Amino acid sequence: MAWTWFHRLASPPHVYRTAGRLAPWFAWPAAILIIAGLIGGLWLAPPDYQQGDAYRIMYVHAPSAWLSLMVYTLMAVAGGIGLIWRMKVAHAVAAAAAPIGASFTFATLVTGSLWGKPMWGTYWQWDPRLTSELLLFFLYLGYMGLRAAFEDLQRADRVSAVLAVVGVVNVPIIHYSVVWWNSLHQGPSVMYLGKPTMPPSMLVPLLIMFLGFTLFFAAVLLMRLRGEVLNRERTARWVTEEISA
Amino acid sequence: MSDVNVLHATLPGAGLEHSSAPSALAVARLMLERDLRLAFRKSSQLVQPLAFFAMVTTLFPLAITPELSRLRHIASGVLWAAALLASLLALEFLFRDDAQDGTLEQYALSGRALTGLLSAKTAAHWLLTGLPLALMAPLAGVALGVPTGALPGILASVTLGTVTMSLLGAVGAALTLGVRRAGALLSLLTLPLAIPVLIFGAHATQLAIRGEPYGASLTLLAALAVFGMTLAPLAAAAAVRINLE
Repeated sequence: MAWTWFHRLASPPHVYRTAGRLAPWFAWPAAILIIAGLIGGLWLAPPDYQQGDAYRIMYVHAPSAWLSLMVYTLMAVAGGIGLIWRMKVAHAVAAAAAPIGASFTFATLVTGSLWGKPMWGTYWQWDPRLTSELLLFFLYLGYMGLRAAFEDLQRADRVSAVLAVVGVVNVPIIHYSVVWWNSLHQGPSVMYLGKPTMPPSMLVPLLIMFLGFTLFFAAVLLMRLRGEVLNRERTARWVTEEISA
Repeated sequence: MSDVNVLHATLPGAGLEHSSAPSALAVARLMLERDLRLAFRKSSQLVQPLAFFAMVTTLFPLAITPELSRLRHIASGVLWAAALLASLLALEFLFRDDAQDGTLEQYALSGRALTGLLSAKTAAHWLLTGLPLALMAPLAGVALGVPTGALPGILASVTLGTVTMSLLGAVGAALTLGVRRAGALLSLLTLPLAIPVLIFGAHATQLAIRGEPYGASLTLLAALAVFGMTLAPLAAAAAVRINLE
């Protein structure tokens, strides 16, 4: 009885409807939190004593960076569930999540490089975190490329799930090797996010943005999942009924 | 092909009594011998990655400067970038022929652990492409103005690095087995995962060129190789099975 909800996740129409019902519950709080966080971060928070107003790009950069990693992990976990329990919906989740994660990674790179201009005097610095993000972006591109290379959807699902699991094992190794590489060439980077010394007027909007971005991701994921499920089940009768209804 | 028949005759399920079935080690040796023999019959495939490596190394003095004193500074980067690209080039041959003529399918059906068989295949691939590259790297180093004292370090680091490259490449090649023109995709999948090898390998080479102790970086390269040996065959076997379905 307690596991019924889990077993029902295997049913595409159930997932389609549940995702549709849940999406607004994430989308509206996300919109409110992001607006509140932006007001808090861009107007209410005081300028930094060293960076002036330039630090404010952090309110977009840091949550994007968090999601870029979180989404990749989620993709690997969903892929693993799909491989082990042969659950098609899990593969659909991974497929729906990949482009969102890649977009967050891209946003992290763009905002990081824009932040770099006032801080470092250049748009690109081979900073370990930016470099790892760039490599993560390539991992996303590889994942989506592999998925797109197969005609057969089931094979695409399972092969890309193996890649996601291999990738998630390697992400920490890549990250720490890049940090180690960087420490050979220059001193520790000047940017430290989430310093314990950050005053509440700066920190609270940041935490609100983290939560808002995460909810935004959940809402977009649910909407994309609906599209993914419809596309995968396009020959099923329930889809015809759902659309004509 | 007679080699295939030899192998089949010794695999269980091919009319042999189980009591006289060969041990896993014997099968691995047999596979190694078969792959080496087949490769030497088509020796142009062996020479191409080496010629490519030499060609890429030649590009840099032509593009930058013929002065050995300046080339010495970039030698480690040139050698490692060329070695990674050359080992990528060789990957397409790893499973392609065996997948096309059905040999790979027979391996999967043989009742033997596919991980063991693929490990043997990867070992053969390393002997055929990684080891020759490692032997050639010191020569290329001399051409780039590297002092002779650094050559053992280059040999050791490229030897260890190509082991990991072959293992990562086996995973990449297994994932893209069902993809028709996999070249660019294969590089996109494999290169981000190879970054730690590049970092530690190039650093060991750099230290060797400067005449400093490079043991620590070699140890890290060896750690990556051992880690790869442990996990890469599992991922490769899973990917091969999915692609054969």
